[in-house]
Amino acid sequence: MSNPMLEVRNLRTEFGSEAGRVTVINDVSFALERGKVLGLVGESGSGKSVTGFSIMGLIDPPGEVTGGQILFNGQDLRQLPEHRMRTLRGNRIAMIFQDPAMTLNPVLRIDTQMIETILAHETVSKPVARDRARDALGMVGIPSPEERLHAYPHQFSGGMRQRVAIAIALLHSPDLLIADEPTTALDVTIQAQILAVVQRLARERGTGLIWITHDLSVVAGLADDVAVMYAGRIVEYGDVGTVINQPRHPYTNGLIGSLPSNNQRGTRLRQIAGSTPAIAQLPQGCAFRPRCTQASDACLIMPPQTEYDGRLLRCFHPVTHGKAT
Amino acid sequence: MTLWIIQRTLQAALVALAMALIVFLGLNLIGSPIETLLPPEATHEERLRLIADLGLDQPLHTQFFLFLKGLVQGNLGISYVYKEPAIELILSRLPATLELALFAVLLSLVIGFPLGLIAGYRPDSFAAKAIMTGSILGFSLPIFWVGILLIMVFSVTLGWLPSSGRGSTVTILGVGWSFLTWDGLRHMILPAFSLSLFNISMVTRLTESGVREAMSSEYVKFARAKGLTPRRIMSVHVFKNILIPIVTVVGLDIGTTIAFSIVTETIFAWPGIGKIIIDSIAALDRPVIVAYLMLVVLMFVLVNFVVDILYRVLDPRIRLQGE
Amino acid sequence: MKPDLTSFVRFLRVYCRSPLAVCGLIGTVLVLAAALFAPLLSPQNPYDLMQLDIMESRLPPGETAFAGFTFLLGSDGQGRDMLSAILYGLRISLIVGIGSAALAFVFGTLFGLTAAYIGGRTETVMMRLVDLQMSFPTILSALLILALMGKSVGNVVLAIVIVEWATYARTARGAALSELRREYVDAARSLRMGHRNIILRQLLPNCISPLIVLLTMQIARAITLEATLSFLGLGVPITEPSLGLLISNGFELMLSGTYWVSLFPGIALLVTIFSINLVGDRMRQILDPKAAQR
Repeated sequence: MSNPMLEVRNLRTEFGSEAGRVTVINDVSFALERGKVLGLVGESGSGKSVTGFSIMGLIDPPGEVTGGQILFNGQDLRQLPEHRMRTLRGNRIAMIFQDPAMTLNPVLRIDTQMIETILAHETVSKPVARDRARDALGMVGIPSPEERLHAYPHQFSGGMRQRVAIAIALLHSPDLLIADEPTTALDVTIQAQILAVVQRLARERGTGLIWITHDLSVVAGLADDVAVMYAGRIVEYGDVGTVINQPRHPYTNGLIGSLPSNNQRGTRLRQIAGSTPAIAQLPQGCAFRPRCTQASDACLIMPPQTEYDGRLLRCFHPVTHGKAT
Repeated sequence: MTLWIIQRTLQAALVALAMALIVFLGLNLIGSPIETLLPPEATHEERLRLIADLGLDQPLHTQFFLFLKGLVQGNLGISYVYKEPAIELILSRLPATLELALFAVLLSLVIGFPLGLIAGYRPDSFAAKAIMTGSILGFSLPIFWVGILLIMVFSVTLGWLPSSGRGSTVTILGVGWSFLTWDGLRHMILPAFSLSLFNISMVTRLTESGVREAMSSEYVKFARAKGLTPRRIMSVHVFKNILIPIVTVVGLDIGTTIAFSIVTETIFAWPGIGKIIIDSIAALDRPVIVAYLMLVVLMFVLVNFVVDILYRVLDPRIRLQGE
Repeated sequence: MKPDLTSFVRFLRVYCRSPLAVCGLIGTVLVLAAALFAPLLSPQNPYDLMQLDIMESRLPPGETAFAGFTFLLGSDGQGRDMLSAILYGLRISLIVGIGSAALAFVFGTLFGLTAAYIGGRTETVMMRLVDLQMSFPTILSALLILALMGKSVGNVVLAIVIVEWATYARTARGAALSELRREYVDAARSLRMGHRNIILRQLLPNCISPLIVLLTMQIARAITLEATLSFLGLGVPITEPSLGLLISNGFELMLSGTYWVSLFPGIALLVTIFSINLVGDRMRQILDPKAAQR
């Protein structure tokens, strides 16, 4: 992997609260090449969305990125002043959010919200920007885009709103698109459509995609690489086929084992015992230790990220066979 | 939209009618004006004659009908004290009060809105905390005492601004207006400011919470992710969203401001309807009270109507529902 | 949901994180104490005409009275010590403010809870009544009521209750509506508890926090309203002067430079209202779930 488009090294983001400082993501590293898809998988609160916002430079106080590097085309985004970062946002790096009902401004027309995005990064005339906005709507599969430009967000269905958001995010054919659970709030059939649209457009434009989700099955069909996050750290990271077919971290293994498709009819659905720890009160050492069947005293120290069986793994006791325990 | 306006007008008329009924019944509760009107040594015959003159011997519903008829004809009787038609009396004083109240509302927007923006944009800054504490102080200052203090400081001690009256006026459309002359404007500053202090605090707090809510919203996050400048986000995305509650509240508050001008007018000897109504209430001058109340009712209905329309213009979610 | 000691201590600890709010609390306690112990703190009884000497009228702060004490805040047009007058006036203001707010709280809350509990058409009619009351400017209604009934402390309280109850009714109904969706109300209904029991024992305790916040703020409002009415000459009678009436009395003197007769009661009034509002605002910050997230 020589000179990838995006390389995140040892990223660390903390939030201050009245009770003290909390490290929400810690020592997160991954890389992404143009046109490739990285699935970032984890439960809510695992830090996957914070990772996305950290890359965007949109962590607000009391939160702060406190360590690591975010190399984007060789340049460390953390060193960029805010006004330079802004020229990248929405232009070279774009993001779409979970709930399409909330992301579009309810009192502004669609054309306003699209044209302002074009004009924020390019000096073109309004009619030109308008035409491009219309074409972009057509591209994401919105029927009669010319008329729909005049509409307000509430006149669209949820799926259509997410298409509009995608059209806005892709207006400048970014190098990187961060998709933060963009299908979670939608019906299953709409989910598949949105997935297909994003996949097609990203491939056409050579846009690298970070797909944040809690749903491993989505990642399996979409991503090239997958990074599994638990309590603010990446616990397993590698090629999607390798990781999903032969998970080595007990947590990944448990996740895959609990997918309904991997369970036999009539038997009890398998699940991981216990529940996610509060990020402010992580157990000592490996955060998964209290829920892990393999845990030993060695796990009282945080396992380092090591190369193991063709992936990066953060565990002293890798699952020995791909079978779910 | 046309259908909606017709519907809304009918509704407004109904509300006005209901309010007229309440005012009428309320006045009957106040009791008979006979005692106030008759000299103590009046005979029984004089008494009966007066009752018949005022129509007080009629049954209640006939009285109400007569009252409505008078209302439509613009005749609500002659003031007991001023010996003038009550409606004319009130209307002649109305411009002064309207001018004062609208100026106060304008002040509250001009001062309160920017303060709220600052406080909401950086809620943890010292400036924001100072502004929010100041707004609690603004809520706590009684209007009349502020007026007194202002007179004490700016009129008595510093001698910068006049403390009473309207100053010179310019006559347009047959009414005199103070805000068009420098002298009139100078007379208006102190009363308008004391009247607006409460509203300034309210607009500040409303704007602040609106900005905070908008700033933490997903659509602002998305706007930032689009690479928009903070200025564009504030002036378009946030501004358009907080305008709706502010227009509503400030609009509806015009009625309250007019009512509270009673206090300000008393202190600053501003010759508006507030000064008249307080004297009339004390003297139980029924026609004037009725005329004033009906005016307030009509204004209230009108303001509601206008706010409703503005609301539709500003919020597409409501505007487009009927279409 | 019963207020126990530990949760109260926790509330107090969170409360004290704001220094300004602590100032407000201290101010409120001091004001209450000053009103309570007015007879002990005052150098003279301002109502006792025998103790007043017209020769001592309009003395500036710091002059010594014939009786030996110092006019710390000056004297008024009748030779009354301003400090004593303020302390006794504070009593009237607080009695009227707290009394009327408390009565309006009881009536309005019961009205709102009952409306929410009954529901349907009755609720609509009841809430229309509330809307109507709230749409009419408070000061105007209060003035009319007082003009009708005449000046007295009791009438001022009554007038304020009449114009303020609707606010509680609206808040109580709002809080009750979200509570009514919870299971415990269904449980209580299925246990065949009486309606009165459900409203008072189940609904009220669970809706109380926004109402307490409102009550605090409304006490401040009631004190302001009373002062305003008295200033306009339609509030408390001259024999029982509240702070508002003291300010009114000093208004004319002020133009001739006798500032203290109007200024000091005003400051006392401001400190009282501001302190209570600071407490109320902090409580709102803590108890209002929407404000607490921030």
